[in-house]
Amino acid sequence: MAITTSPSQRMRDGFADAPKTKSPLALAFSRFARNRAALASLAVLVVIGLACYAAPLLIGRDPAESDWSAIAFPPTLLGGHWLGTDELGRDLLVRILVGGRISLEIGLLGTLVAGVVGVTYGACAGYFGGRVDAVMMRIVDMMYAIPYMLIAILMMTLFGREFHLVVLTISAFSWLDMARVVRGQTLSLRTREFVDAARAIGVTPWSIVARHIVPNLVGIVVVYATVMVPGIVLTESVLSFLGLGVQEPMTSWGVLIQDGAQKLEAMPWLLLGPAAMLCITLYCVNFIGDGLRDAFDTKDY
Amino acid sequence: MDLLEVENLSVRFARRDAPAVDAVDDISFSLDAGRTLGIVGESGSGKSQTVLALIGLMAANAQVSGRASFEGRDLLTLSERALNQLRGNRIGMVFQDPMTSLNPFLTVEQQLVEPLRLHRKVSRREARARAIEALERVHLPDAARRICRYPHEFSGGMRQRVMIAMALVTEPRLLIADEPTTALDVTVQAQIVDLLRELNRECGTAMILITHDMGVAAGLCDEVMVMYAGRTVEHASALQLFAAPTHPYTVGLMNALPRLDDESGRPLAAIAGHPPLPGEAIEGCAFAKRCPHAGEPCMTTRPVLRRSADSEDAWRACHLPAAAAVGDLQ
Repeated sequence: MAITTSPSQRMRDGFADAPKTKSPLALAFSRFARNRAALASLAVLVVIGLACYAAPLLIGRDPAESDWSAIAFPPTLLGGHWLGTDELGRDLLVRILVGGRISLEIGLLGTLVAGVVGVTYGACAGYFGGRVDAVMMRIVDMMYAIPYMLIAILMMTLFGREFHLVVLTISAFSWLDMARVVRGQTLSLRTREFVDAARAIGVTPWSIVARHIVPNLVGIVVVYATVMVPGIVLTESVLSFLGLGVQEPMTSWGVLIQDGAQKLEAMPWLLLGPAAMLCITLYCVNFIGDGLRDAFDTKDY
Repeated sequence: MDLLEVENLSVRFARRDAPAVDAVDDISFSLDAGRTLGIVGESGSGKSQTVLALIGLMAANAQVSGRASFEGRDLLTLSERALNQLRGNRIGMVFQDPMTSLNPFLTVEQQLVEPLRLHRKVSRREARARAIEALERVHLPDAARRICRYPHEFSGGMRQRVMIAMALVTEPRLLIADEPTTALDVTVQAQIVDLLRELNRECGTAMILITHDMGVAAGLCDEVMVMYAGRTVEHASALQLFAAPTHPYTVGLMNALPRLDDESGRPLAAIAGHPPLPGEAIEGCAFAKRCPHAGEPCMTTRPVLRRSADSEDAWRACHLPAAAAVGDLQ
């Protein structure tokens, strides 16, 4: 294998004749693609995601269906209950996968909502600065002081334990960190010359935020979002563990872990299964986050 | 009527726990259509703040006073909205560092058509055609293909060409260039200077060129204004200023320049001392402490910018007779 490239090869890769231009975003993703740990994590996560949606159908068992011939079975490769069953004879694997839908959906939806709100809020506070910034960030400080568990408990007891309410409650507190991170980054971006250059051609402040600031935040936002996903999945688990999350017969990893923890001595597999699944997922997201951080951390542009 | 007429422009920065800084102190000048004015001075002499005040890009703690009438409208009193209609439309601006003045996440095309989108009602296709035309005007080879690339794929000189194309794409009456060549290496500097001269001649765009490079000013400008500590110390036609500078500070700047035709081998003459600190109270002439000829009035009375005794279109702010300074020129 030739290590050096021929001059003609370099010419083709070089500026003048390069077949396709690469945006900074595309460059970051091609760097990400060279990170094996991150790529493997992404693959595992995709498999988990696909399994959560497809496998219960393939296995052909209803998560609420009881197998009366196999009550509280430990994990076994025979008999079809690979991860065992609970005391009602429900298959744990199917329940974990179906519960994973809720956990992943809440993780992604919560991150999306919190990300959009946090980026908009932080970019505006950072760009407009001065009193606007002071007031907006004091509001964030005040929200930090409110214990989110209290609000979650209040919301659930007042309005019932509904999926979208869980997402809303979690998002309502998760955007705060994102807003702070984005504001800090915006403060430094706003002094960059291209922002002055944009002002000097008559771009209005809102367009500067939308067109010139926000795209430049993409690196830090993507990286921070991968930190938020596990945080939100965990928050959902905590809420469910406390009995504030989704309601039976719907289930999530948090609900399963809570259930397993109560029956730890009699049926330890009920805790180990969902806990392992949660851990693998969180590790994968963290590895992907590290990969993205490295991919976006460059002084090239 | 003059295209731009600046009268008594002052910029003051209020500071917390410290006296205010007068970055620009009572500057007046005017510029005819198609002419070029060079503003020369050391770092911190208020060159950049002068032009930033004109286009309304000031820090929040700046207080601007005076009058700056551009095409009959006072730039200093215009609303942000009205200013936005002038900036990038009638007034173009080129910044110092081309490496950071382009948005890394937008293609060159997206950035070049932005002024057109904002100020001209043109179709997408026409905007693109005009952007390519602007790139060709600044001699960027293969413009039609390069326009869809990102800034990181361009060299410094090419990026500065893109910046100039961006400032010129709407065919402004006035181009403000804030040290357009400072961040570039010498050969590229020369190319950019040539380009600016050519554009000025062909398009008739008036230009304000800020530089601390006397050579660039000499090569490009009809008139040169020398600033020191926020004040104008000398203002004359480039020919006259470089042939016979009359202010001790200008003379000092000239003596500090290396010359190719100097074979005496003596070291470059530096101006002794340092410029006044920002916020330092100045009585009399700001340059007095460094001036080899400073006398009694220089320390106590602020010199006014007056028409020179020897010439119609030269102004100087100095208590001493012009001959005293000229004698020092090496």
